[in-house]
Amino acid sequence: MKLIYERSQAGRRASSVPDPGLEPGAAIPEHLQRSQPPRLPELAEPELVRHFTELSTRNFGIDTGFYPLGSCTMKYNPRVNERLVGLPGFRDLHPYQDDADAQGALELMWRLQEILAEVVGLQAVTLQPAAGSQGELTGLTLISAYFKDRGEHEQRREIVIPDTAHGTNPASVTMAGYTMRKVNVDERGNIDVDDLREKVGPQTAGLMLTNPSTLGLFEERIEEVAAIFHDAGALLYYDGANLNAVCGISRPGDMGFDVLHFNLHKTFSQPHGGGGPGAGSVAVRDILEPYLPTPVVVRDGDEFRLDHDRPKSIGRVRGFGGPFGVFVRAYAFIRCWGPGLRDMSEIAVLNANYMLALLKDDYELPYDRHCMHEFVLSARGLKREYGATALDVAKRLMDYGFHPPTVYFPLVVPEALMIEPTETEAKETLDAFCQAMLAIVGEAASDPDLLKSAPHTRPVARLDEAGAAKRMVVRHRFDD
Amino acid sequence: MSEASYPDGLYYNEEHDWARVDGDVATFGITWYAQDSLGEVVYFAPSEVGTAIERGGEYGELESTKAVSQLIAPLSGEVTETNDALDGSENTVNDDPYGEGWLVKVRMSDPSELDSLMDAAGYSSYVGSL
Amino acid sequence: MSFTSLTDADRAAMLAAIGIDSIDELFADIPEAVRLGRPLDIGPALSEAELSAHMAELAARNVDVGRELSFLGAGMYDHYVPAVVDMMMQRGEFLTAYTPYQPEMSQGVLQAIFEYQTAICELTGMDVSNASGYDGTTVAADACYVAKLATGRSKVVVAETLNPQARQVVRTFAPGFGMEVVEVPHTDGATDPDQLAAAADGAALVIFQQPNFLGVLEDAPALAAAADAGGALPVAHVDPMSLGVLEAPGHYGCALAIGEGQPAGNYLSYGGPQYGFLAARQDYARQLPGRIVGETVDLENRRGFVLTLQTREQHIRREKATSNITSNQTLLALGGLVYLSWLGPEGLREVGERSHALAEHAKRRLGLPPAFDRPTLREFVVRTGRPAREVIAECKRRGVHPGYAIGRYYAGLDDALMMAFTERRTPDEIERLAEALAAVGVEVAA
Repeated sequence: MKLIYERSQAGRRASSVPDPGLEPGAAIPEHLQRSQPPRLPELAEPELVRHFTELSTRNFGIDTGFYPLGSCTMKYNPRVNERLVGLPGFRDLHPYQDDADAQGALELMWRLQEILAEVVGLQAVTLQPAAGSQGELTGLTLISAYFKDRGEHEQRREIVIPDTAHGTNPASVTMAGYTMRKVNVDERGNIDVDDLREKVGPQTAGLMLTNPSTLGLFEERIEEVAAIFHDAGALLYYDGANLNAVCGISRPGDMGFDVLHFNLHKTFSQPHGGGGPGAGSVAVRDILEPYLPTPVVVRDGDEFRLDHDRPKSIGRVRGFGGPFGVFVRAYAFIRCWGPGLRDMSEIAVLNANYMLALLKDDYELPYDRHCMHEFVLSARGLKREYGATALDVAKRLMDYGFHPPTVYFPLVVPEALMIEPTETEAKETLDAFCQAMLAIVGEAASDPDLLKSAPHTRPVARLDEAGAAKRMVVRHRFDD
Repeated sequence: MSEASYPDGLYYNEEHDWARVDGDVATFGITWYAQDSLGEVVYFAPSEVGTAIERGGEYGELESTKAVSQLIAPLSGEVTETNDALDGSENTVNDDPYGEGWLVKVRMSDPSELDSLMDAAGYSSYVGSL
Repeated sequence: MSFTSLTDADRAAMLAAIGIDSIDELFADIPEAVRLGRPLDIGPALSEAELSAHMAELAARNVDVGRELSFLGAGMYDHYVPAVVDMMMQRGEFLTAYTPYQPEMSQGVLQAIFEYQTAICELTGMDVSNASGYDGTTVAADACYVAKLATGRSKVVVAETLNPQARQVVRTFAPGFGMEVVEVPHTDGATDPDQLAAAADGAALVIFQQPNFLGVLEDAPALAAAADAGGALPVAHVDPMSLGVLEAPGHYGCALAIGEGQPAGNYLSYGGPQYGFLAARQDYARQLPGRIVGETVDLENRRGFVLTLQTREQHIRREKATSNITSNQTLLALGGLVYLSWLGPEGLREVGERSHALAEHAKRRLGLPPAFDRPTLREFVVRTGRPAREVIAECKRRGVHPGYAIGRYYAGLDDALMMAFTERRTPDEIERLAEALAAVGVEVAA
């Protein structure tokens, strides 16, 4: 289909701008004036709407169908939240409005902080970080501030990370000025505690861990792991990517974690919009509270206010109080569930285990345990016997009308297929997906080219990614 | 090149780099196994000419669309030439890893290091064990 | 309300398929000591009707820009957001999609991002844009990391006239990047090129803002040249709504252009979410953070779009990545693209010119002493003769929010008020502003 720039015709426009009927006042200094206008699209509103509507039909969201993208918690996004976030009192509120005239917004944020603290069993929360990875960087910066305050910063330079971690963890470690120390995973998919003991010492600032892990498995020896770090004077960071498995069941604070981030866009259903927004709110144990980013929302009696006066704060990590619209949706979502958040997690785990039961005889299961909210299979057998890879399975699933699972992650499992159904899918959907997965095993044996040339039903076939990287065409080139 | 091959006369390290020696100059490249694992190469960033590199240290990076591979020097020395012909046709590394797909040339600083590298037979059996 | 579908019969069938009797067995791996063992204390579940009533009550206790006449700006602006922006962002296929890891499922959003990147490059005069950053503050920190990777240097120079929140974010993260921050103070509301040049010597980058946080038009080409003379990357933090009338940073020698996207197509939303933009000259493409979409072809030679240069990113390069960013602000950037497409080049110029004309009209009408004798665009600072906080509080009682008390961030300006004029304001509203200020004892022109 055409680019919007290719639909453009000079002289057309969709906009009308109020004309105050004023003569320009002082002129803009000539050398600061625009020399050539930007070549923005020029088209009338009907064509504009058709363009973006056509684009949307070439996209697949949760509203279109099943989206079991492991580690991303693609659950239904309640429509009421979209209406609520559009209330003018939220949507049109200027962030520099006086606290006294933003009491509803501040109360919502304060209540969300309280709820999030209760859900994870920690004492204080900042809503400011913009996304999960910014939450990680914030959390690590809090750890730095804590050790600087204690005079141990120069000594504690290492963060321990298991090799199942999301790539954001090591990237955040580097950006926070730390060095990464990798720890292995044992034959049950847990952190190798013996390996860990060798790697933790006076040089250790902390651990970054996702629990349940990216293998969808709960760290069975989490208490022992926590003790190793705390005994060494180090802290534990919890990557909240997989919190959907344990809400109301087990709390990271009770497991021994000192700081964590939430992915409000995963667990609490902020629509992800093709890449974002997210929110990476951070919760901490009381020892880290003095260092939280400013401002913090506090309650004084019946009044709520932004507290900027926190001398030990690490400072600001993002503009204003954070992505407020995400807070509206997350708060609304949680209030709908109430304490039933536990049911949410239970059903997510039940759905995942049901799918695992249907699939584990036909795909390799690297760790044969009950999973939590997601599980990882390997297409290694298909590759060995028929030359069909995890990527081929993923592409072929598209022809059955499903979004593929996450592939090739975590890195410790070859030909990984990481499947996360979430709690919002019906049994018939899970059945249909598993039938497709099983049918694809048969196809791999009988007609492997059908997989290798998939998908056959999408607007485009497989794309030349190497060509894209080499040619590097990253903006439209106008014909002039 | 679709079939695995590990030519005689080259020296190999465990990181899947090879070296070909001509006088005091060694040419480095990656093996068939390495290019097959990496996939189609789309970008090559060598250490600059004049850089002193050490055996076991990095002498550049190769990228496919899905992976980055740090190039590990089989020998120590100073980079005297980089294969600029790869710019824009990086897939030569896949098509001809031992010929036109060479990466850098190095003036060796310690030829005795050659003794620690594998020959073709040794490397073949090493790859077979992976 | 319920967002799940499992019936009792479904549950029984699923447990049987798994080979267990109860859901509890699935949690056997969780040690007893770390189980919660009680219900979460987070208030009762609400029906949709109860939730809506509760949220409406919270929203009603906020005074939004529809409930008072507001001249607040200071980085977030009340430009009009047309209905098509809302409608297109609410298309479920966009709204409920994840990051486009599988391009065949995601051509819609991938093409939209490519079109967004083009729009940002056109606005800024740059070669390459990422798919968005978090906001106008975090892209300043992103620029620091780009410059560190590109130059190997560690000194960050920021103009004091850069948005204070952006400076704060840079200060928070610079130590972790191994960078130190130097600020160049303003001289009568603008940055002195000679002072900037002295600070830029040996720096990785210099960040200045145009128009600057105080509303003043900097001599941006001179500042870019000053940065360049010191070997630092010149980085302009620009307002997208100004770029129909102000020169693009790419045309006066900047290496990067960054900015806050909110004024172009996003609501105020009490500070977020919105998009930040970051664009660069081609030389820095491999150091950029975040997603970038590239054009390519499929097996049948049809045009298509993919995430490209992914080897920069955390999921491949891990601890050596150019950034840890993964989730960005694609949906808000889509809103920005729809908005900029709605405006077109003429509309963008008109918004810039008319906002400027309104601001100049207000200057004349109010006749208050300017804090700085400098050209401005749609926002300016005046002296009110008494503490601005008091003036604001008293005007608000008359239904007018006259602006921002700039003294919060700048010494010696406690009696200074910064007022913003978007195309939504009218001469009549400026009259009401004048009346409100006069009524609280500010000496506006008669």
